[in-house]
Amino acid sequence: MRAMVYRGPYKIRIEEKDIPRIEHPNDAIVRVTKAAICGSDLHLYHGLMPDTRVGTTFGHEFIGIVHEVGPSVEKLAVGDRVMVPFNIFCGSCFFCARGLFSNCHNVNPNATAVGGIYGYSHTSGGYDGGQAEFVRVPFADVGPSVIPDGLDDEDALLMTDALATGYFGAQLGDIHEGDTVVVFGAGPVGLYAAKSSWFMGAGRVIVVDHLEYRLAKAREFAHAETYNFAEHDDIVVTMKRATDHLGADVVIDAVGAEADGNLVQHVTAAKLKLQGGSPIALNWAIDSVRKGGTVSVMGAYGPIFSAVKFGDAMNKGLTLRMNQCPAKRQWPRLLEHVRNGHLKPSDIVTHRIPLEEIAEGYHLFSSKLDGCIKTIITTDAA
Amino acid sequence: MSDLPDLPYIADKPAPRESVDALRARIPGWGVDLDPADRPAVPREQHAPEGTGAHWDFPDRQPELSPRERSIEHSMLTPVFGTVAPLRGVSGAVRRYAYRYSEARAAHWLLLIAGDRIDSVGSHVKSFATLRPDNPLTETGLLAEFRYQGLRSRIGRRRVDGYHAWLDPIIVAGPWVVAGIVTVKLAGKLLSAARR
Repeated sequence: MRAMVYRGPYKIRIEEKDIPRIEHPNDAIVRVTKAAICGSDLHLYHGLMPDTRVGTTFGHEFIGIVHEVGPSVEKLAVGDRVMVPFNIFCGSCFFCARGLFSNCHNVNPNATAVGGIYGYSHTSGGYDGGQAEFVRVPFADVGPSVIPDGLDDEDALLMTDALATGYFGAQLGDIHEGDTVVVFGAGPVGLYAAKSSWFMGAGRVIVVDHLEYRLAKAREFAHAETYNFAEHDDIVVTMKRATDHLGADVVIDAVGAEADGNLVQHVTAAKLKLQGGSPIALNWAIDSVRKGGTVSVMGAYGPIFSAVKFGDAMNKGLTLRMNQCPAKRQWPRLLEHVRNGHLKPSDIVTHRIPLEEIAEGYHLFSSKLDGCIKTIITTDAA
Repeated sequence: MSDLPDLPYIADKPAPRESVDALRARIPGWGVDLDPADRPAVPREQHAPEGTGAHWDFPDRQPELSPRERSIEHSMLTPVFGTVAPLRGVSGAVRRYAYRYSEARAAHWLLLIAGDRIDSVGSHVKSFATLRPDNPLTETGLLAEFRYQGLRSRIGRRRVDGYHAWLDPIIVAGPWVVAGIVTVKLAGKLLSAARR
């Protein structure tokens, strides 16, 4: 089969690989029909995530058709059209039993601090991802769901991570009616978090980024007020002025490890890899939220230290909430919202490219060319 | 009372900028998840093991066909694990050593990053002994610069990443340039030593 293969920082290519095989009785092999490039894939692509091995295939957002099932699989059959959450989880460990699917303890031998994620380095379990024609899907009775009739392929694909994560980020903000919510980052997760904040009764939603075309999408798709931090000397002061000097009730970090806006932080983290992630957006969140407010962190960071302003967080009495999203837990409600017309997930898709051109797809997304917000990968196998 | 200062120096909440009715009219789906207790992520720990789809108390164990590294914070190898790109060569030795340290230790992660760099450099060098050597032009996706309006996407856009974009080629190509210079110098010294 053809698969995207990592060759080292900033380098990927398409290679022929063996079709994955059933390695556990509850495995399925899924023929991928659509995959996406996620912002967090860029952390791997740029060499930020420890134990990212040459030869691995990225991709934790994908949908496809069941090609083969292991002997203990009961709920899926060959030919089923499935959406697969980005988390790999067993459904039966201490954490899964409590709904913390993203924190499963039975799927990642390489680390206890993170669960299993498709195509997200050995630090997340050493599984290949779905930017390929086929992918191994462990715990087929637990993770994937048959795509409901009437749900568009692209909408289903976006539920596997970006949409679920944005929606989850708004939930972790514990938004109450009339709250002012600031979202740092107008990428896919930030756009969905901003949109979801309204569902939870926000009175104002403000989105901050430095890419004007993304802010335009935030205004159109998420009905948000927008600020371009490149046009403000100090975005924290601007946020204070915009919120009656009180600060926002809730701030969502939808940027993560490669945040821009402070040259020293960005270069030491994203370029020189001396930090687990560039905490610029997180620090702005801590400083922009009101005292006693909540910061929800959806941006992904690496496992080593970052220069985060915990002193301010402590002194302000903040609630900091964060996790990898347990995507499947969000699906029933998100399906309702899509069916009811509150949300059209694929409205943020800007590029659709064949698997063969994935190296250009990564560069396009990484360098934010051509108004890129979300890129979808299609395979000929589809 | 007009001499009272503004928020937040007084106790009042900010006045709503828009009424609920106006928000409902303007924003599709406004307030559909208004009740904080009726959201999918609430409660955080929702004890419902019967609803996950698992039909086992503990999963079958995936066969360990070759020794699999694991965090020393795990008491055992997890029943399911990924099998791609097993440890090999020098990078594998460095990574294996990293797994002697817990996830709490910087040594663990820094050794893993060192292993990553050895892996990528070694794989790059080895690729020249194959029929498909690494091609920096196609593998970095640089051709997208022409296809997807590289210049137009940057010029006049006030993008803050422009301040450090010049670092990318240095980070990607720099080590190769340095390695090339060192190789040439070493070769020169060896040649001159051989002539003597």
